[in-house]
Amino acid sequence: MPVFWLALIVLAIAALGFAAGRSRALSAAGGDSRGLHSLPTYYGWNVALKAMVPAFFLLLAWLLIQPFYVNSVVSGMIPDSEIREGSSRSLMMAEVQRTATGLDNAIAEGVMDDAFARDPDADIADVTERLKSSGQIVTSEITRPMLQAAQELRVKSAAGYSIMSIAVIIAAVAGALWGIRESLPDFRARNVVEQGVRMLLIAAASIAILTTVGILLSLVFNTVEFFRLYPAMDFFFGTQWAPSFSGRGGSSELGVLPLLWGTLYISIVALAVAVPIGLFSAIYLSEYASPRVRSVAKPLLEILAGIPTIVYGLFALLTVGPLLVSVFGRDGLNWMQSGTAVMTAGLVMGIMLIPFVSSLSDDIINAVPQAMRDGSYGLGATQSETIRQVVIPAALPGIVGAVLLAASRAIGETMIVVLGAGAAARLSLNPFEAMTTVTAKIVSQLTGDADFASPEALVAFALGMTLFVITLALNIFALYIVRKYREQYE
Amino acid sequence: MTDASMDAAGAPDAPKKSSLMKTDEHTKKRNRSETWFRAYGLAAIATGLFFLIVLAVSIVSNGLPAFTHTVVDVEINMTQDQYDDAESQLLKTSAYEKVFIAAMGAQLAAGGLELEVDKKVLQRIAGKTGSILREFYKENPDKIGTPVSFTLPAASRVDQYLNGALKREDVQDSRFLERADLDIVDQLHEAGIIKSAFNWTFIQGTDSGVDNPGGAGIGASVIGSFFMMLVVLFLSLPIGVAASIYLEEFAPQNRFTDLIEVNISNLAAVPSIVFGILGLAVFIQFMHLPQSAPLVGGLVLTLMTLPTIIISTRASLKAVPPSIRDAALGVGASKMQSVFHHVLPLAMPGILTGTIIGLAQALGETAPLLLIGMVGFVARGYPDGFVNGFIEPNSAMPAQIYTWAARADVSFYDKAWGGIIILLVFLLTMNTIAIILRRRFERRW
Repeated sequence: MPVFWLALIVLAIAALGFAAGRSRALSAAGGDSRGLHSLPTYYGWNVALKAMVPAFFLLLAWLLIQPFYVNSVVSGMIPDSEIREGSSRSLMMAEVQRTATGLDNAIAEGVMDDAFARDPDADIADVTERLKSSGQIVTSEITRPMLQAAQELRVKSAAGYSIMSIAVIIAAVAGALWGIRESLPDFRARNVVEQGVRMLLIAAASIAILTTVGILLSLVFNTVEFFRLYPAMDFFFGTQWAPSFSGRGGSSELGVLPLLWGTLYISIVALAVAVPIGLFSAIYLSEYASPRVRSVAKPLLEILAGIPTIVYGLFALLTVGPLLVSVFGRDGLNWMQSGTAVMTAGLVMGIMLIPFVSSLSDDIINAVPQAMRDGSYGLGATQSETIRQVVIPAALPGIVGAVLLAASRAIGETMIVVLGAGAAARLSLNPFEAMTTVTAKIVSQLTGDADFASPEALVAFALGMTLFVITLALNIFALYIVRKYREQYE
Repeated sequence: MTDASMDAAGAPDAPKKSSLMKTDEHTKKRNRSETWFRAYGLAAIATGLFFLIVLAVSIVSNGLPAFTHTVVDVEINMTQDQYDDAESQLLKTSAYEKVFIAAMGAQLAAGGLELEVDKKVLQRIAGKTGSILREFYKENPDKIGTPVSFTLPAASRVDQYLNGALKREDVQDSRFLERADLDIVDQLHEAGIIKSAFNWTFIQGTDSGVDNPGGAGIGASVIGSFFMMLVVLFLSLPIGVAASIYLEEFAPQNRFTDLIEVNISNLAAVPSIVFGILGLAVFIQFMHLPQSAPLVGGLVLTLMTLPTIIISTRASLKAVPPSIRDAALGVGASKMQSVFHHVLPLAMPGILTGTIIGLAQALGETAPLLLIGMVGFVARGYPDGFVNGFIEPNSAMPAQIYTWAARADVSFYDKAWGGIIILLVFLLTMNTIAIILRRRFERRW
């Protein structure tokens, strides 16, 4: 990986620059650091930062922009007449890209040499044959313009990466030299370094914003692309979920309603398990339990929150599912056909959510001022009456917030439903039937063989967008309620 | 007003004798409901703990069989003639199998066991021995002519039968195992030829094909997880600490700071699968990083862990009393120096604790890894070299467990449970380290 070595080279230049800047400043002051404006290491850091920061930013920016630029140049090479019926330029570009990667891999495997891979007049059948023989998937037949575009893509990106290496090293060396030149006794090295570090801190903090922007952009762009291929009305109001397996468009029905219903139903079952257990646990722990019981039971319950969700998924699939079948299945009440069902996933998800509800509610109940309890006791209320009529009403907004946070967690949960809920999308009221959720379908649509540019794969982004919007709304609403409540008593 | 109402209440038209010493019906009812309410609370906690115990028991009882496997002990003395003969044949492994069967027969006769050793039966019990023998003799040609004692893995169904997962009644005659074979297995087991041994293949091995559950191991995906955690540690710790320092120590109260704060608290609650979509779209589709690579997994998990680390780091920075900062500023340090020389070192134990907990969370996360292609038959081998560890396709522990759980062959479920035990051991270790760090270095100001 050249980028790794490039990064090491830049770091090495920075280290050398650090030593050079420090010693130049010291020797300019006659070896006496008292003659310098700042401590000698600050001169070193000044050089190192000037070598590293611009070089790394250049590297990062180049890596981000180059594929974009090369793609737009290459996609112009495909004439409009080449774009097939029912396809689009971006679909064609995806194929060109696959061909280019295929060529790279084929060279790495020794099936063809570099000269052959570059030959614009190479025999198409021969190229296809060689790509197939090296295990590179060629989804459709390669045409001459496509092959030439793929070859151009390879050449351009290879050239781009070599220019990048040179540019990054030049930037590092230039930065270092600039820093070394500055390393004179009356240069205010500390101020400059501190200003630079401050900038870096701001950049680090901005990564949170960048992440959100990244999530939004990747969701929005692909969702728009999806709605171009598939009508939005059918997506939002369709009651059938039946993607075609070929992954090449055609007769897919991609209605989100059955998935939303499955998500909602499983979440309701989960909350029906988690809220009573979690809430009563929180009440007992905060109002009745002795400190010793509390110090044991609370961490034990919180272990449930620290267990990875894959463990719960397996627990649902292999323990709870068969257990439920043995009770409600053919040998028992005959309500359940197989182990994967709404009930299985909901029950296990409920177990996972108990500590979320209990910990948050516990904090909130503890935040209710003692004076309110004392007032109630003074009027002769028993402890449970005080809890029911004074503490819980006072803590209610916070508890609602906690439940909403748990609900958003349940809606976004993936592994439990992938393993425990089944794969059939249906609108049914029977909790012992298999249903599926938005998250489970995101996984299955994106891990299958479907083409990235086909509606069957792109629908996952629209589902992701739906999920993101719902959980975001729930979170904001929950935080709003919790915050509003806290203002009342603190 | 008050007097009037008191008069109304105090005019008893039906004098009722009541004593504080004797509880009346109403009080009894209230006390009963008090007891019940308390019992509900206890029951809720008991239910929660009960679930925890059931979970723990089912993990341990289902997972332990993955760590042992049934082996067949056999001593083979391969002569040069036999070797040449086997290598010259068309079906080389089956020639080796014949050698194995002959050796087994000799061993049974020496042990005084009167058993009809059918070739097919032995094949069903011992699985594919030929290829293992052939590999061994090709690698160690000097061992030809000297007796070598082999420990060969038995077929996975025999394995299940001996550790109790497969009942004799449930065995259906097939080309894998017939019910009559089990008598022979029992006798061989008594004679000590078939026995249980610790399964090193499971700990060290790589994923196997769908038809060979016995050879599946989690080793390669542990390495994959390790490289991912390296990426997460080296990106999320510096970025997280830098972001927290800025927000806690330097950020002015303005819209930009508010925007960052809102973003961080929202990202902490975004479903993990959405981060997977981000990784797929940005790192793989847009930046063309290699699919299934620990590097991409690490990047995605970094973004996911950052909010956790930022929140805990800010808490530990906040816990350092302002007097420390004031003292540093008072002796002439710059703001930056006071933070980096005094506040940060004092907050370090708390930061490390938060980081370890964040890493533990990232280690167990599965959903985003599914989207960037770390599932399926990915963990085929160990990466060769350090740099390749980041960019070669590999799986990660939770993704490997999912892969096994999704396979049709029931024998892989054992492996999945066993993988969970290993995953939980890692998580437990990390959390224990975090707790010890907190206990040892936590400072109360």
